[in-house]
Amino acid sequence: MPLIDPSVVDLSRLQFALTALYHFLFVPLTLGMTFLLCAMETTYVITGKEIYKEMTHFWGKLFGINFAIGVATGLTMEFEFGTNWSMYSHFVGDVFGTPLAIEGLMAFFMESTFIGLMFFGWDRLSRPGHLAVTYLTALGSNLSALWILVANGFMQNPQGASFDADTMRMQFNSFVSLVFSEDAQAKFVHTSIAGFVTGALFVMGISAFYILRKQHMALAARSFRVAALFGIISSLAVVTLGDALGRLDYLVQPTKIAAIEGLWEDSNAHGSATSAPWLLFALPNDATQTNAAEIGVPYVLTPLITHSMDTPIPGLLSLEQQAGPRILNGIKAINALQQYGVTHDAASLATFKQYENDMGYGFLAQKNAPNQDLTQITPANQDAIVAQTEKDTIPNVFVTFWAFRIMMFLGFYFVALFAFAAYYSLRNELEKHPLLLKAALWSIPLPILACEFGWITAEAGRQPWSVYGWLPTFQAASSHPVGYMVFSLIGFAALYSAFIAAELYLMFKFARLGPQDHHAEPTVGGGATMFGKPQLADKSWQ
Amino acid sequence: MELYVVLKVIWAVLLGVLFCGLAVMVGMDMGVGTLLNFVGKNDKERRVALNIIGPHWDGNQVWFILGGGAIFAAFPTLYATSFSVFYVVMILLLFSMIMRPVAFEYRSKAAGSWRGIWDIGFLISGAVPMIVYGAAFGNVMEGVGYHYSWTGQYFQDESFLSYLLNPFAVMCGVLALSMSIAQGGTMLMLRGEEPIYGRARKAALGGSIVAIILFAVGGLWVSHLNGFAFTAPVDPNMPATPLTGQTVAVQAGAWMNNYHTYPLLWALPILGFVGMLGNLLMNAAGKPVVAWWSGALAWIGVIFTTGASMFPFLMPSSTNPNQSLTVWNATGSAYNLGWMLFFALVFTPAIIAYTSWCYYVMRGKVKLSSITDDSHSY
Ligand code: HDD
Ligand code: HEM
Ligand code: HEM
Repeated sequence: MPLIDPSVVDLSRLQFALTALYHFLFVPLTLGMTFLLCAMETTYVITGKEIYKEMTHFWGKLFGINFAIGVATGLTMEFEFGTNWSMYSHFVGDVFGTPLAIEGLMAFFMESTFIGLMFFGWDRLSRPGHLAVTYLTALGSNLSALWILVANGFMQNPQGASFDADTMRMQFNSFVSLVFSEDAQAKFVHTSIAGFVTGALFVMGISAFYILRKQHMALAARSFRVAALFGIISSLAVVTLGDALGRLDYLVQPTKIAAIEGLWEDSNAHGSATSAPWLLFALPNDATQTNAAEIGVPYVLTPLITHSMDTPIPGLLSLEQQAGPRILNGIKAINALQQYGVTHDAASLATFKQYENDMGYGFLAQKNAPNQDLTQITPANQDAIVAQTEKDTIPNVFVTFWAFRIMMFLGFYFVALFAFAAYYSLRNELEKHPLLLKAALWSIPLPILACEFGWITAEAGRQPWSVYGWLPTFQAASSHPVGYMVFSLIGFAALYSAFIAAELYLMFKFARLGPQDHHAEPTVGGGATMFGKPQLADKSWQ
Repeated sequence: MELYVVLKVIWAVLLGVLFCGLAVMVGMDMGVGTLLNFVGKNDKERRVALNIIGPHWDGNQVWFILGGGAIFAAFPTLYATSFSVFYVVMILLLFSMIMRPVAFEYRSKAAGSWRGIWDIGFLISGAVPMIVYGAAFGNVMEGVGYHYSWTGQYFQDESFLSYLLNPFAVMCGVLALSMSIAQGGTMLMLRGEEPIYGRARKAALGGSIVAIILFAVGGLWVSHLNGFAFTAPVDPNMPATPLTGQTVAVQAGAWMNNYHTYPLLWALPILGFVGMLGNLLMNAAGKPVVAWWSGALAWIGVIFTTGASMFPFLMPSSTNPNQSLTVWNATGSAYNLGWMLFFALVFTPAIIAYTSWCYYVMRGKVKLSSITDDSHSY
């Protein structure tokens, strides 16, 4: 079997990580803003107050600037599985491709068709008609999140498929287990609501900017209040659901939860399980497999994660050791499978079936075998290969630990921020608290940051697996020459940098420009000629 | 016939339907993008042209996305292999395609001097993808260099240059481009007024004339091309793996075998020609609505002509023909194909219904005044 070039795998991972993280800079705002637009427009349709229509228009325009890049970068994601993860696509396409196809049929068509009417249909649809279109757009974008997270849920906790030796891939066998995987459902709710937090803070922050400058007060104060109320509910929910996700990791991905918590030794290694501290701060060192420094809260870890008082949580060191026997079985499984591919005999199939559940660990050992060939493992080199592979079964602890910590600390910060914001907004005392307003303004990028770190927790913590327990990332990549990867990476870097520059420029300009109050003088001044649109804009709804 | 075989055949047909949706809808928008600088001599005219497809391009583009998703699910090994084997070309396609959503949304918001750059973006993101689509079909007909190792991991045996610099494939690319120009021009006539109408008409007529010529040349070329054929009986019910079960040989003219066996299939290329001619004549007669539907028929004719000539091959391997991907060995499992069929049957009518409604709501000519009055136009 030809060798897999580790540098191509690493470049593919780099490219996937960068393009996915980039896509997710725009996704959360889309998820959240569509629902905020629904809320504003509903108020308009019910009360008939023009100010709410103006709000919908103005925030809708900023939403559009964000949406465009979300769509563009999503195209990349859809194709990257095939272009860069061909073995992955072959191995799980039968089950993983299905939610992606359904996402197109059910969600993208809806979202993308109705968004055209949402922007262009103001004068052609009745008020309730347009409102319905806005709701359908929001529904579409959230359904897209559902299906993509069903797909991702399968990678985290593969359910609903089993390996088939004749086709050499996982075959789909239960739609219900795939879609109602607890992982998928919990991820969906946590991620969508993270989007709501992002949208709420975006609207609240820009409104705070206007309030600080005493501009567009009618619009800003109302938008601020809608966003603060939406935000406090969402941020409480995101924290609650985060806890649910952590518990699922404990149940199905023991290596990930141990990395998230920086837990090298079992939680009951020093006395009872209950006494293990929950770490606020630590410097995990992946080379020495210890934490260089630790500040923890005693007694919290076990109840937090296991929701019980005395269940021990396995640490990374013992998880590595437990992998040992599975690696040996896995090697037997893969060797039998290769034999079966040639001879199709019942005996090798039976041997394979015996060790099938550990086959992923056999794939994992391939990386360390001479010439990546398991048949070249001999009693002489076996122990060293198994020991090396054991070390490969855990993710990078420093990255996982800190990505999780940052997301979580930000989560609690948002709860506090929205709580104050909602309180003072309801009491109409916002202008007396400029510090709060400034905090809201400067916090606009933080939820996006939290989302990015959430994904790093989820995806880096899943390593070394692409499909947890079944297919290592190392095996999943396409076998490209390094030159191809360099070409595409440079292209993505150039294009995506141009995009983000254009997006930030327009976002800042249009946010500064603000809505044009119909009773006030146009605040645009001479600058407006630089932007055809805002000048032409807005007239139709005066 | 076994249920699994029926499902495989249904999905092969649906693959064709998907390519037709993609070609008609996305091709139309790409044609408009390609023609933008030709039909619009100044900024205002270009804005009118863009707003003609403005409310619809995003919805149309989903045909492209669905194409990716559906091939992934229904033909996993085809998705894995084709996207990787054409890596450099695919990435070029992607780079040109992702400019388009951004160009739509940002062009009108940018200062005047920047708009010229976005206009070039429209040209690239219109013309390049159509050429690549067409060329991909051409390359596939000629066979692609790849083989599999025992795990099912593919390995490529040819450099990307042979896919880019390949006369037959380039011709197929130009055919696809000219058909998209015909369809885009027709759409601009449908919803545009003078002076856009007249310029679009010229482009559309030119597009369909070139298409008719190239489709005829292509047909002759294919009849002499090296095709692929089974040299031993295959079991269509076989497990979906390219590793075993097929013996395939390269034979000149093999792509005509199906037409010899089933002469009825000649209806497909005839449909293609009739559609192209209809598009030409109706546009000449100033009837863009009929011309639009004729253009759609032309695409259906061309795509199913190709499919019928290759069936059951999907992407033959020139370096290891026995491992060629076919309808029999590249599909998903029966269980998966069944579920996907269910979802396709439920959602396709809904998609057609609301897309039609959307076109209905936005019907009528796009005027310059209606753009400047609307705060959300491009
Ligand atoms: C939790 C949400 C979420 C996640 C994890 C992803 N996306 Fe996404 N995607 C969206 C949520 C979303 C969205 C909110 O629905 C977007 C953002 C902007 C938009 O237009 O829709 C979108 C757009 C979008 C588009 C363009 C759709 C259109 O034209 O309307 C494609 C093709 C993808 N995505 C595909 C992917 C793939 C293959 C992903 C996996 C790596 C992925 N997305 C991750
Ligand atoms: C105390 C607060 C939080 C906790 C306990 C928490 C917990 C978690 C956990 C355990 C994961 C990993 C899931 C996996 O293994 O697959 C995760 C992922 C993620 N988190 Fe959080 N989270 C919190 C707050 C937030 C906040 C505030 C945001 C954004 C505003 C956020 C956004 C995300 C995202 C986008 C992901 C990746 C997708 C996913 O796996 O669902 N989280 N979170
Ligand atoms: C949009 C949000 C997402 C972000 C920000 C994200 C982030 C990442 C990161 C950081 C990696 C690299 C991990 C590493 O190699 O250390 C990665 C890998 C990967 N992710 Fe995600 N991810 C996202 C969504 C998804 C989804 C929804 C799927 C599947 C449906 C997915 C599939 C993959 C695959 C196939 C890889 C490469 C192979 C692997 O490392 O397992 N990702 N992602």
